[in-house]
Amino acid sequence: MHTKHLWIGGKMNSKAKYTPVIGAEIHVELKTKSKMFCGCKNDPFKAEKPNIYTCPVCLGLPGAIPVPNKKAIDWTIMLGLALNCQINKESKFDRKHYFYPDLAKGYQISQYDEPFCVNGFVETSFGRVGITRVHLEEDTAKLQHAKVKGKNVSLIDFNRSGVPLVEIVTEPDIHSSDQAKEFLNIIRNLVRSLDISDANMEQGSMRLEANISLTSDGSLPDYKVEVKNINSFRFFGLSVKSEITRQTEILESGKTPKQETRGWREDKKTTVSQRLKEGAADYRYFPEPDIPPIVISQSQIDSIKSQITELPQERKQRWIDEYGLRSDYATLLCSQKDLVLYIDKVLKESKKENIDSNKVIGQIINKKIDLKKVSPEDLLTKIKDDQSGKIIDNQELESWIDQAIKDLPKVSKDYQDGKDNAIGSLIGKVMSMSKGQADGKTVKEIIHKKLRG
Amino acid sequence: MKLNELTITNTLKGLENHDFSSEEVTKDCLSKIGQTNKKINSFISIFEEEAIASAKIADEKIKKGDKLPLLGVPFAIKDNFLTKDRRTTAASKVLDDYIPQYSSTVIRKLEYAGAIILGKTNLDAWCHGSSTETSDYGSCKNPHDTNTLPGGSSGGSAAAISSNQTIGSIGSETAGSIRQPASWCGVVGLKPTYGRVSRYGVIAMGSSLDSPGPLTKTTEDAAKVLEVISGLDKFDGTTSPKKVENYHKNLSADIKGMTIGIPKEYLMEDSQEGINQLVLDAAKQMEKLGAKIVEISMLDPKYSIAVYTIVQRSEVSSNLSRFDGIRYGNDRSLMGPEAKRRIMLGTYALSSGYYDAYYKKAQKVRMLLKKDFERVFQSVDTVLAPTSPSTALPVGSSLNHPMFGEIADVLVEASSMAGLTGINIPVGFIGKLPVGMQIIGNYFQEQTVLNLAHAYETSVDWRQNEFKS
Amino acid sequence: MSKKVNLSPKDFSNLATLSNLSPSKEESDTIRNQLSEALNAMDVLNELDTKDVAPLNHPTGEMVNVYRKDEVTSSLSQKEALSNAKSTHNGYFQVDAIFEDQEN
Repeated sequence: MHTKHLWIGGKMNSKAKYTPVIGAEIHVELKTKSKMFCGCKNDPFKAEKPNIYTCPVCLGLPGAIPVPNKKAIDWTIMLGLALNCQINKESKFDRKHYFYPDLAKGYQISQYDEPFCVNGFVETSFGRVGITRVHLEEDTAKLQHAKVKGKNVSLIDFNRSGVPLVEIVTEPDIHSSDQAKEFLNIIRNLVRSLDISDANMEQGSMRLEANISLTSDGSLPDYKVEVKNINSFRFFGLSVKSEITRQTEILESGKTPKQETRGWREDKKTTVSQRLKEGAADYRYFPEPDIPPIVISQSQIDSIKSQITELPQERKQRWIDEYGLRSDYATLLCSQKDLVLYIDKVLKESKKENIDSNKVIGQIINKKIDLKKVSPEDLLTKIKDDQSGKIIDNQELESWIDQAIKDLPKVSKDYQDGKDNAIGSLIGKVMSMSKGQADGKTVKEIIHKKLRG
Repeated sequence: MKLNELTITNTLKGLENHDFSSEEVTKDCLSKIGQTNKKINSFISIFEEEAIASAKIADEKIKKGDKLPLLGVPFAIKDNFLTKDRRTTAASKVLDDYIPQYSSTVIRKLEYAGAIILGKTNLDAWCHGSSTETSDYGSCKNPHDTNTLPGGSSGGSAAAISSNQTIGSIGSETAGSIRQPASWCGVVGLKPTYGRVSRYGVIAMGSSLDSPGPLTKTTEDAAKVLEVISGLDKFDGTTSPKKVENYHKNLSADIKGMTIGIPKEYLMEDSQEGINQLVLDAAKQMEKLGAKIVEISMLDPKYSIAVYTIVQRSEVSSNLSRFDGIRYGNDRSLMGPEAKRRIMLGTYALSSGYYDAYYKKAQKVRMLLKKDFERVFQSVDTVLAPTSPSTALPVGSSLNHPMFGEIADVLVEASSMAGLTGINIPVGFIGKLPVGMQIIGNYFQEQTVLNLAHAYETSVDWRQNEFKS
Repeated sequence: MSKKVNLSPKDFSNLATLSNLSPSKEESDTIRNQLSEALNAMDVLNELDTKDVAPLNHPTGEMVNVYRKDEVTSSLSQKEALSNAKSTHNGYFQVDAIFEDQEN
C-alpha cells in the first residue's frame, strides 16, 4: 500500500540527499504515407470512421505476411544519425509476444538484439544524455472504454494498428525534472525538424515512459519504477516530481521502493500502481521469419546523412556562438522551420550593421511582428530608426491616427464640425500610442487632412 | 473411363479437342466426391454450385479459343488456403465459421489460370500432424484401405487425388505434409524450395518452413501446376525473384549422366520391411536409364526430429497467437489437445532462460543440416531415399502419440529444415498399400527433380497403365 | 538441457498463462507429462557441437532487404473488416471491458 500524499511544489527538503536517476523511452509515430508493413493509409488521427484503414496484414488475418516500408527504415536511420548513433550494418525484425486485444497478431513486430541504431547522445544544458538505442516497430490498435447496453466494454479501432513507431531509449542520464523536459523538447524539435513525425503528445504521435529511481551515493539503484500514461510535457514534469517525492518518503522510512509499473493520474496528481497479471511478462522474442534480414550499406547511410540539413541543436549553438544570441531566444526559435531562414538573415544583417542581435530578435518575439509582411531589411531599417528615435514609418503613423479617430468618435466629429480645439485630444492620443516618438506637427497635418481634407 | 479419372494433361487435351466439357469433368468429380466422401472424408467443404458455375464460364472461354494453362481443370484445395467468401477452417473448430476477406496468392493464381475450385480438403487441424486424424472434422481415410490413414497433414488432398475425386490438388508442406501423404496414398507430391511458391493467404504453421505445392496423379501434372503457382509475390517478402522456369515444357526423361546419391543413414534398419528394397529397385531402374548411383553419408536423420520439433512448435506458438476470437473465429478454448501441446512446447522453447538451450540450439543444428546438404550437392545432382519408413498405418495410430508426426516424417525433415525441394513418387506396393520414394534437389532445382521423377515414372509399365485413357 | 526436465504443475500453469490457454485439469496432467517427455527427447541435440555455428533463421539464405515502397494501397471496407467479428459496436470491434489501472 502506498501512502497518500499531495505534492507541494518546491518542498523537497531531502533534495541534497538523493539524486534522481531517470531513463526515458520515447515512442514517435512516423508520418509515412502508408503503414509499416502494409499499404494501408497511415492517418489514424484524421480517419473519419474506425476500422477503415485495415487490411489482412494490419488486422492480423490468417495467412497475412508483413513487408516493411523502406521509407520508415530510412527515417529511423536518419533519426539515429541525428542522435549521433552508430548504425548497425546488419539488422532484423523480431516478434515480441504478449496478448492484448489491441495487438492484432498476439505479437508486435519490433527489434530486439539488432536495432537499427545504437550508442548515440544528446547534449542538454545539464549534461549529456546517452541514447542506448533507436529501433523501429509497429503501433497497436486503439482501445477505448465505453458502456454499451449497460455493460462495460472496450472498443477497438485498428486504423492505428501497424503505424510505424520509432522507440528511442536513453541511458539513465537524466537527473532532474527540468533536464527531462529539456531533453524531451530537444527530441520533439528534432523529429519535427527532420519532418518525420508530428510528435504531437495530445494526439498520441509522441508518447513517453520514464524509469525513475533515486540514488544517494551516485551508484545505480537496484530498483526502478516505470511510469507510463504520460501524455503531455507538463504531466511528464509532474510525474517525475511526484515520483521523486514518493520514493524519497519510502527511502527515508528505511525501505526500498517496489520495482513496478505506475501510471500518471491527472485527476489524482500522482502516479498509481498498474498491477500486471500474475506471472511476469515474458516476450519470447525470436527473429521474424516472415521478413528477410536487412543489410545497411555505408553508401545508404551516406545518402541518408546527406538528406539531413542543419539540426535545431546545431543551429542553436551556431546562433549563440556566431551572433551572441541569448540561449532562451535561440532555443525558442531554432526549431521553427518556417522562421529559420528569416532569423538567419536578420542575424547576419544585424551583425554587419552592428546592431545588437538580442534587441532585434527580442522585438520579433515580444512585438509578435508578422514576418510574412515585413522583410528582414525593412525590419532592420525600422529598428535602426527606432534606435535613433527620429523617423517613424508613415504607414504606422497613419494607422495610429486612424485608431485615435476610431477611439474618439465624438472629438473627431467636433473637429470635423469646426471645433479647432478638439484636435488636441486626438494629437495627445496618437503621441501616447507612439510613446512620444511621433512628430506633433506631422500628426496635426495628417489629422487635419483626414477629417477636413 | 470416367472423366474424373483423367490426369491434368489429358483433361486439358480433351477440353482443347472438345471431346468433353469442363462442366462434364467437374460434374464427374463432384459425383465421385458425393459417392465417396462419406467413407474417405477427404473434403471439409464442397463448393458444388460455384464449381459448376465456374466450369460453365471456363467452357465459354474454351469455345472462344482462350488459352489459359489450367482452363477448366477441377482442383481440390487443402483447407488452410484462404478462399475469399468461401469458408476456410484449417480443420479447426476455432475457424468453423470463418469466411475469408481475401484469397491466398496460390488460389488467385489458380483461378487466373482457369482452374475450377471443387472444395476444401481435410487436414490435421492447423496442419499439426501426419495422419489427418487430428482434424476437428473427423479423420480422413486412405482410399487404398480405409482402415488405414492417408498420412498428413495434406491427407485430404492426397486421398482426393488417389480416389479420383479431383483432377488436380494443392497441399502445403512444413516438413513432410505433401510428400508423406503422397507416399501413403500412392500419388505424386512436390514440395517446392522454400520461397518458390507464395505463402500469402496460407494459414501459417511454420513460417520459415511452409511451402505450398501440388499433389497430382503424374509428375507431368505436378510440373504443370508448379509453373502456375510459383513466383515472386509482393505480398510475401520471402518469395524468390528467380525466374519461374517452364517446368512442363522443359520436362525431359533424359537423365543420362545424372548423379544420384543415396544416403545410407536414410535406409534405416527399423524401417518397414520391403520399403528400402523397393527404393533400391527404383534406383536400379534409374541406373538403366543412364543415371549414376552413389552411396553417400549424411547426418543421422534423428537430429532433424528434434530440430524440427523445436523450430516448428516455436513458430506455431507464435503464429497461432492471433486466433483470439476477437476479429474472426471462435476463442482459444476450441483449440484441440494437439494445438495446445504444440503451442505450449513452443512457448517453453522461446521463453526467457530456455531460448538458447532450445530455439537457438535448434536453429544452429538447422544450419548444420543445411551445410550437410550443401556438401552433398557438391558431388551429386539429387538425393534419393524412401519418403516414409512405413506404409500407411492403421487408423488410430497417431492418437496419444504426441511425436507421431515427427517420427513418421523422419526422412523428410532435414530437407525441409534446409528449405530444399523434394518430390514423392510411387515405386510400388506392399500388400495393397503404396510405397513412395523421394527425390531431393538443391535450391530451386525443381526441374532436375521433376525430370528424374518423370524419367522413372514413364519407364515403368505399372505406372503408365494407371493413366491409360 | 542435460538435466532431466520435469515440469511442475506451477511451471505448467505459468506456461498456460503465457500461451493464453486454459487446459482442463485432466488435460493439464496429460499434457504436462507429454511436454516433459518431449523436452527430454530434445536432449539429442547436445550430441552436436554448435559452438561456432550461426543459427539458420531463413532457410535458403537467399533473400535480403525486401521492402515495399511507401505507397497507399486499397484497404478493406469497414464492413469487410468487421465481417467475421462475433461482437461489434458502431464500427468498432467490441470486447469485454479491460481495465488498465488497478490502484493499491
